[in-house]
Amino acid sequence: MKPIQKVLATIAAIAVMVGAVAAQTMKITGAGATFPYPIYSKWFSEYNKLHPTVEINYQSIGSGGGIRQLTNQTVFFGATDGPMTNDQLVAAAGRVLHLPTVLGGVVPVYNIPGVTAELKFTGPVLANIFLGTITKWNDPAITALNPGVNLPGSDIIVAHRSDGSGTTYIWVDYLAKVSPEWKRRAGVATAVNWPVGIGGKGNEGVTGLVKQTPSSIGYVELIYAVQNKISYGSVQNMAGEFVAASLESVTAAAAAAAAGMPADFRVSITNAPGRGVYPISSFTWLLLYENPRDKAQAKVMVEFVKWALTDGQKYAAELGYSPLPANVVQMEMAALAKIKIG
Amino acid sequence: MGGKARTGDLGFRLGTGVFALALVLLVVAIGYELTRQSMLSIEKFGWNFWRTTTWDPVTGDFGALPFLWGTLYSSFLALVLSTPVALGIAVFISELAPGRLRQPLVFLTELLAAIPSIVYGLWGIFVLVPVVRAMETAAPDWLRQIPLFSGPPLGVGMLAAGVILAIMIVPFTASVAREVLKSVPIAQREGAYALGATRFEAIRAALYYARTGIIGAVMLGFGRALGETMAVTMVIGNTPRISASLFAPQYTMAAVLANEFTEADTDLYLNALIEIGLVLFIITLFINGLSRLLIWSMARPAKALGVASTVPAEESAA
Repeated sequence: MKPIQKVLATIAAIAVMVGAVAAQTMKITGAGATFPYPIYSKWFSEYNKLHPTVEINYQSIGSGGGIRQLTNQTVFFGATDGPMTNDQLVAAAGRVLHLPTVLGGVVPVYNIPGVTAELKFTGPVLANIFLGTITKWNDPAITALNPGVNLPGSDIIVAHRSDGSGTTYIWVDYLAKVSPEWKRRAGVATAVNWPVGIGGKGNEGVTGLVKQTPSSIGYVELIYAVQNKISYGSVQNMAGEFVAASLESVTAAAAAAAAGMPADFRVSITNAPGRGVYPISSFTWLLLYENPRDKAQAKVMVEFVKWALTDGQKYAAELGYSPLPANVVQMEMAALAKIKIG
Repeated sequence: MGGKARTGDLGFRLGTGVFALALVLLVVAIGYELTRQSMLSIEKFGWNFWRTTTWDPVTGDFGALPFLWGTLYSSFLALVLSTPVALGIAVFISELAPGRLRQPLVFLTELLAAIPSIVYGLWGIFVLVPVVRAMETAAPDWLRQIPLFSGPPLGVGMLAAGVILAIMIVPFTASVAREVLKSVPIAQREGAYALGATRFEAIRAALYYARTGIIGAVMLGFGRALGETMAVTMVIGNTPRISASLFAPQYTMAAVLANEFTEADTDLYLNALIEIGLVLFIITLFINGLSRLLIWSMARPAKALGVASTVPAEESAA
């Protein structure tokens, strides 16, 4: 053999070997929301242990970025905390399926020197605080809900997210449902034009602001409030009960909403009806094309989603997410059949 | 053999030349791409983008004046706070410090520049902001009547941002100013001493001689402050509202980019953010270019005797 032939032969041999390995390992990439990142990365690593040939790679670049990358088909799947808008669905390269994966709750956190009791809020009171129309802690609207709590006359300092965020989306989606004025003046999006308040970056930024600033109120994911031991209030639901957020009360909101679940799962479950329901709850969604280009990847992905919706749900609680109620899982299993895998 | 070396030389020169050219092209390409990707916003809002103050992603109404204001305000504040300190460090190291202390001091100032921005930010949240809040709370009522100090004591806000920026740019200004002072001809100092000047007067003369370069050093710090992102966004309060008050939470261009870019879901929103990036790019390019020009014009005459000799004449005229 001439040297050059030797080299070519080696290259060919390597190419065959690499090809063989690639055929064995299925790599799937996705991008999107940061809120479900901890549970998604747990799922992908657990699933990889069960099926060593499947490697799912997820970049938590934010819901907006995830939707953009899905639209441009640079990733196989997306993930979002707020359902895609009709305009976004039209812009996508095909029909997109929304699949709820887990649930999260957003809680009002506060730091009022001298107050240790769990405060009670109603939706309109929270909206008016964030609109800047309730400015003092001893406003009659707050004291009436909290008899026996000695609230100070200090100015309320509002803290909100400065970065675009699914957490903000859930919070303002709720405020817009309970307050027409919020809907008119601020609206619903991952970032809004805040009437009052200071902005902190990330859940940890808002947590930091509230922890440090006396007389402040903010909103964070339930898990952040629990981990950082900040007081969070209960919120009145549609049934008139004051409910504190918990894994159970958030799941209850989803179970209650399942009755009116639209076929495409694009549903807001804030201010859901029913007893024991925590009103500021939301799904987070995986986004998949119904007719993906790569059928082999689609087949593997569908298997993964089935696992995540069933066995995978047991990892939710330890990471601070609420598991899906059984009736929603059932509906999703049926919807998964829409994805063309062959 | 000789011919081979010459072609090697030529090749090397061409190769490195291409890399240098690529750098220039890269800057042009960035400018072009930023402009192209912000066309939607430029066409829709025109100059009003920089004249209005509403930033509403929900209705798609974008005005960037508060960010421009916050960027210039915080950077200028940082400039005012950092310049005396930086010049003091530069003068001490280059003129006064005993030889043994000089190297460790240079090392320490440059170490400040090596600390990651996020670390400054965390320090800002946990140490600086509570201190600023305590100061604001302690401010007497008559002081609060002045617009510069009005508003509730939040801790986060313009003052905290200005202080943290000042700390971050001190090493840059100080090390460049030190280099500039080093380039002052020794004859200058000797001349001053020969005329019976005290040490203070001799240093003053050297500072005067080096003034262009020192202004350049200060502006280089200003350029750094304009683009600083993480540390500022963590302490400034991220509120797009124009206020003269040091106590008020405000916003900067770099901070709004870092905060909102990932979740910008409509094309117009994204274009508006990129337009902010474009203007920030132009401003920093301009400021950095100007400061480099000043430093360079200072460093050059020091080497050319003919030009240096005209300086005393200029001085006596002044």
